[in-house]
Amino acid sequence: MGPAARPAGSEAGHLDATGHFALGATARGKPWLVPAVVAGTGAWFALYMQLGRFAGWLSYDLLGLDRRTHLASAVDFFATDVPKIFLLLSGIIPLVSVVRSYFPPEKVRNVVAGKGELVGTVLAALLGVVTPFCSCSAVPMFIGFVESGLPLGVTFGFLIASPVVNEVALVLLAGLFGIKVALLYVGLGLVVAIIGGTVIGRLHLESQVEDYVYKVKVGEAATVRLAFERRLADAFAYTKDILRRVGPWVLGGIVLGAAIHGYAPTGFVAHYAGRGNPLAVPMVVLIAVPLYSNAAGTIPIVQALIQKGLPMGTTLAFMMAITAISTPEMIILRKVIKPKLITIFISVVTLAIIMIGYVFNAVL
Amino acid sequence: MNMKVKVLGTGCANCKRLEAMVREVASEAGLQVELEEVRDIAAIMSYGVMHTPGLVVDGELKVSGRVPSKAEVAKWLTASSKS
Repeated sequence: MGPAARPAGSEAGHLDATGHFALGATARGKPWLVPAVVAGTGAWFALYMQLGRFAGWLSYDLLGLDRRTHLASAVDFFATDVPKIFLLLSGIIPLVSVVRSYFPPEKVRNVVAGKGELVGTVLAALLGVVTPFCSCSAVPMFIGFVESGLPLGVTFGFLIASPVVNEVALVLLAGLFGIKVALLYVGLGLVVAIIGGTVIGRLHLESQVEDYVYKVKVGEAATVRLAFERRLADAFAYTKDILRRVGPWVLGGIVLGAAIHGYAPTGFVAHYAGRGNPLAVPMVVLIAVPLYSNAAGTIPIVQALIQKGLPMGTTLAFMMAITAISTPEMIILRKVIKPKLITIFISVVTLAIIMIGYVFNAVL
Repeated sequence: MNMKVKVLGTGCANCKRLEAMVREVASEAGLQVELEEVRDIAAIMSYGVMHTPGLVVDGELKVSGRVPSKAEVAKWLTASSKS
């Protein structure tokens, strides 16, 4: 019997014993894999190119709406965004999860641990970008980082970047506003994480971590090599899961966005939170902090606000504040850190986001 | 002897899904499985798992950070029942 005879820890039949890149090994065994991936990618792009045409056809030809009405404007927005956002999500999440599967936290921790504090914080923040913040990873990763002797600042670099920069939001921004905005979002999110991590590191708050965290002994996990097709299957399962969870948020966001787009008077947003108001950034950030939505859900709202004249920096600060600081997240963090550190965490991140908003407004 | 299977997870959706999958596979294959849900974070981390869910069969960590397919679970369980 095959599986029983194989070495412990190996994925029976999938372990690449020669140490070659798993894709090569798999492609030899499954000749359909590469053509299937190529065909899937091609079909995705073909669909994506047709989106604008579809929305116009639906709103003006099929429904026969008058272009000048609020309703037409809202319907067009909705019909453009729903397929576009879901198509982007279903294309990009699998890609990101395959990439992520090559960087398991156990492995990354060891890489980060060997570096100095600043390099470590930067690496940890980068890791945070590709890691979704969820109850399944935040607490164990926090403990794993602390246990391996990583400075608190490095750990917080990760803890801040993980919710602030979200790979889903990144892709949606790239799709809706272009690569430049998406890269600025990542870059500035990383800056927030690095500044926040460094500041928290300097404050020497080790006593504000729950005591049991220091007592946990983390075992050595054998990292398992997975075949590419396995990673792909996982990626699609994960995407399905994300779409199911994020879907309602996105739809809600799009409805709200469409309403703002179609009905909010143009001058309204610009008047209160436009460039003329120097306090607009802290104002929208303070409004956003107690709000919570999924990153994907905020994007359509963001899009509508920008069209209504809200400056880019103010808008992105609003978005980051919504996703970065939330009650569910604080409940998760409360399991490993004491209330005082949570307060400091919230304040540092809020200030960093406000700063980012101003910088964004200045450069764009 | 019953095989000991542990599902490592703090109660997240994927952890519950993995647990249900183990039960399903065990009953379909007619295997005697002693299933334990490990929710204590210190116990989970003693296996070196930094991303739940995790699956431990007879003391050996089989998977962490993802929900395996049913076929994989079946493979691990049947392999373990024969050793």
